[in-house]
Amino acid sequence: MLRTTIATLAGKAARHAARLRGGGSGGSALPGLVAEKVDPAFLAHTLADVPGGIVVVSGTNGKTTTTKMLVAILRAHGQRVFTNPTGSNFTRGVISAMLAEMPLRGGLEADIAVLELDEAHALHFGRAVAPTHALLLNVARDQLDRFAEIDHTAGLLTRLAAMTTQGVVLNRDDPFVNRIATTLSPGVDVTWFGLDASVADRVGELSEHDSREQEDFAPPVAGERDGLLTPVDEESLRITFGAHGEGGSLGPVTLRQRGLAAMINATAATSTAKHLLGAAFRHEATERALRTVAPPFGRGEVIDVDGSPLELVLVKNPAGFTVALSTYAGAPAATMVAINDDYADGRDVSWLYDVSFESLRAKGVALTSGVRGWDMALRLQYDDVPVAATETDLSKALTTFLADHEGEPKRIFTTYTAMLALRRMLGERYDLPEMGVDAPETDGGPA
Amino acid sequence: MSGPDSPRDVTILGEPAGSDRPADPGHEGKGEIHLVHMYPREMSIYGDLGNTRCLAARIRRHGYVPVVHQHHPGQSLPETVHLMVGGGGQDSGQVTVEADLERHADRLRGLVTEGVPMLMICGMYQLFGQSFVTVDGRRVPGLGILDATTQGNEVRMIGPVVLSTEFGDVVGYENHSGSTVLGAGQDPFGRVRHGQGNNGSDGTEGAVTGHVVGSYLHGPILPANPRLADALIGWAAEVATGRPFEPEELDDAVADQAHARQVARLLG
Repeated sequence: MLRTTIATLAGKAARHAARLRGGGSGGSALPGLVAEKVDPAFLAHTLADVPGGIVVVSGTNGKTTTTKMLVAILRAHGQRVFTNPTGSNFTRGVISAMLAEMPLRGGLEADIAVLELDEAHALHFGRAVAPTHALLLNVARDQLDRFAEIDHTAGLLTRLAAMTTQGVVLNRDDPFVNRIATTLSPGVDVTWFGLDASVADRVGELSEHDSREQEDFAPPVAGERDGLLTPVDEESLRITFGAHGEGGSLGPVTLRQRGLAAMINATAATSTAKHLLGAAFRHEATERALRTVAPPFGRGEVIDVDGSPLELVLVKNPAGFTVALSTYAGAPAATMVAINDDYADGRDVSWLYDVSFESLRAKGVALTSGVRGWDMALRLQYDDVPVAATETDLSKALTTFLADHEGEPKRIFTTYTAMLALRRMLGERYDLPEMGVDAPETDGGPA
Repeated sequence: MSGPDSPRDVTILGEPAGSDRPADPGHEGKGEIHLVHMYPREMSIYGDLGNTRCLAARIRRHGYVPVVHQHHPGQSLPETVHLMVGGGGQDSGQVTVEADLERHADRLRGLVTEGVPMLMICGMYQLFGQSFVTVDGRRVPGLGILDATTQGNEVRMIGPVVLSTEFGDVVGYENHSGSTVLGAGQDPFGRVRHGQGNNGSDGTEGAVTGHVVGSYLHGPILPANPRLADALIGWAAEVATGRPFEPEELDDAVADQAHARQVARLLG
C-alpha cells in the first residue's frame, strides 16, 4: 500500500497547488489525475476499506440532488459518509474529492461511500471497484453527441447493475430502468421506488415522450421496502412503503426544492436508505434530513441578490428542462435563459426543439444569452414567447438582467458551463458558498 | 399525445391537436398545404420535429393553411400530400420503419415524380438512398430515390457543420455512424465548409434530386436556415395550388443572427 500512500501525498500536493492558484475546491480533476498516475488502482485501494459498502447513483436526471439527499439521510442516522459533492461525477473527480478528506497516511474515515457517477464513467469506475449497491434513476435523451442513442444509455445502466454485488434500487415507472430487474443474478437484492397508484397519471411530468415503442414489462406489486410517492402540495410529500402501506408511511415532509422531480428524487433517496439500513432505518431521522437538505448548487439554488431571490436552474436535456419549466410555472419571475454548447453542455442544441416553452409566454423572457443565445431566442419565437433582448456575452447579460429587474424575483435557466461562469460572476458580487461546498443547512424553515 | 385519427400521434410542440384537419370553408387563405411527418415516434430523436413545427409556422406566416399529418408504420399514407419530412432515429427505430417504407415505395416514387418536396434527415436520408450496409455486413435496400450508398462504421461523425449550398450557407449539426458515397450523377446537397459531411473525405454533404433534399444535418436544420425552409414551402405551394408561390415578407432577423454567428464562429 506504499504506492497508494505516495499517490495520496502527490495528489494532495497537486490539490494544494491548485488551491493556491485560486482554483477553489470544487470539481477540479487535476489532483485526481495526479493520484491516478502514481497509483492506477488508487480508487480500489482506498474504497476497499469502507465497511458499509460502495453505493453508486446513476441515471440521466436527478443524480446530484438524489445523491445529496441520500447522504443527508444516512448522516442523520449517524453514518460517516464519503461522497463526491461537487457534481464532479467522473472518476478523477471522485478521487479529488477523496484527497480533500484523507489524512496524509491515506485511508478514508467513512462507514459508507455514496458516489454520483456519470452513466458512461460508471462502467469505468465499476471496472476499478465493484459497487455493492446501485440506485438507478431514469434514462432519457441526454447529450446524444456523447451517447448517440437512448438505447446505449440504457445498456450502460444495465451493465452497471450487472457489476453490482449486493443490491439494486430501481425506478418502477421508467421503462428502461424497471426491466433491468429481469437481467440481474438471483443473489442480488432488488427494491423499488416510484409514484403511488393515486398519482400514476403524473408520470408524464417526470419523463419526456420517448420515440420508441416499449415492450411492456410490469414491475412486481410494491412490497414493504418499496417507497411510493404521494405529493401533498408543490413542496411537501408523503412516502408510503408497500402498495397498501404495509411498511408504514413517512411525512408529510416539506422539501427545500419545489416540484414533482425533487419529490421523486427524495423518494428514490429514502427507498435506498431503507434498503441500506434495514431495521436501523428511522422515519424521524429521515424526515429531519429531507426537511433540511439544501439543493445542490445550480439545481434550484436560491441566491440572495440585494434582498430579492435569484434562482439558478440547471438544464441539460428535454426531460430536465420540461420538468424545470413545469416546476416553476406557478411562480413567475423575471427570466433569463443561458445556452452554451461546450462538451459538458451537449454540443448539439437540437434538443431545445423538444421542450415546450409556452409557460414562459405570459411573462416573456428578459434575456437570452450564452454562445447559442440567438438560437434560444429563435426557439422562443416559434413558441410565441416574447424575448426582450439577446446578449451572447454572459457577463454583460447578467449585469443588464440584475439592473433591469432590481427588487423582483429572478430566475436563470442555464446549461452547465454557462452556470459555472454565471456562478463565478455572482460569487464575486454576492455571498454564496463555493462550488462543491454545501450551503449551510437550515433548521427546516424555507430557504 | 393524441391526434384525432391515431393514438400513436405525438405532440408536435406548438401545433394544436387536430392539426391534420382541413381548413374551415372560407378560411383556406392562399391554399391548404398538406404536410406529412414520417415516423415521428421512431425517427425524430434529434429534434427533427422542429422542422415540421418550423414549416407549419412559416406556411401560416406566408398566408397558406398547413394541414399536418403524422404517418406511423402500418398506416396508409394520407390521400393528399404536398410536402414530406423525415428525421433521424436509433438503429432500433430504423429497423421498425424499413418494411413500412418498402410497402409505400411506389406511392413515394410517384409523389417525387409529381414534384412533391421532401426533406429527409439522417436515418431517413439513408433509407431514401440505394442501400445501407450495416457494420456486420447486412445489406438493407433503400428506396433508391437518391443515388447514395451508406456503409455503417464503428466511428461516428459528430459535430457542428457549415455547408455551401444553392440555398446559401447552411448551418447544422451532424451525428451519424453511416458513411455515404454518392453515385456519379448524383448532386450533393452541399459542399462542406466545416465538418465531415457524407463520408469525411470527398467534401460532399447530403444529396439533392429535383425537390428531394437528403442531409445529415440536425439543428433542426430549418429554423436557422429559412431560405431552405421557404424553398420547400414554395415548391409545396405550387404542387398544392397549381400557382407560383406567393410569399409574404417575413422578419427573419433572429434566424439570420443565429445563422451568421454559427458561420462566423465555425469559419472564424
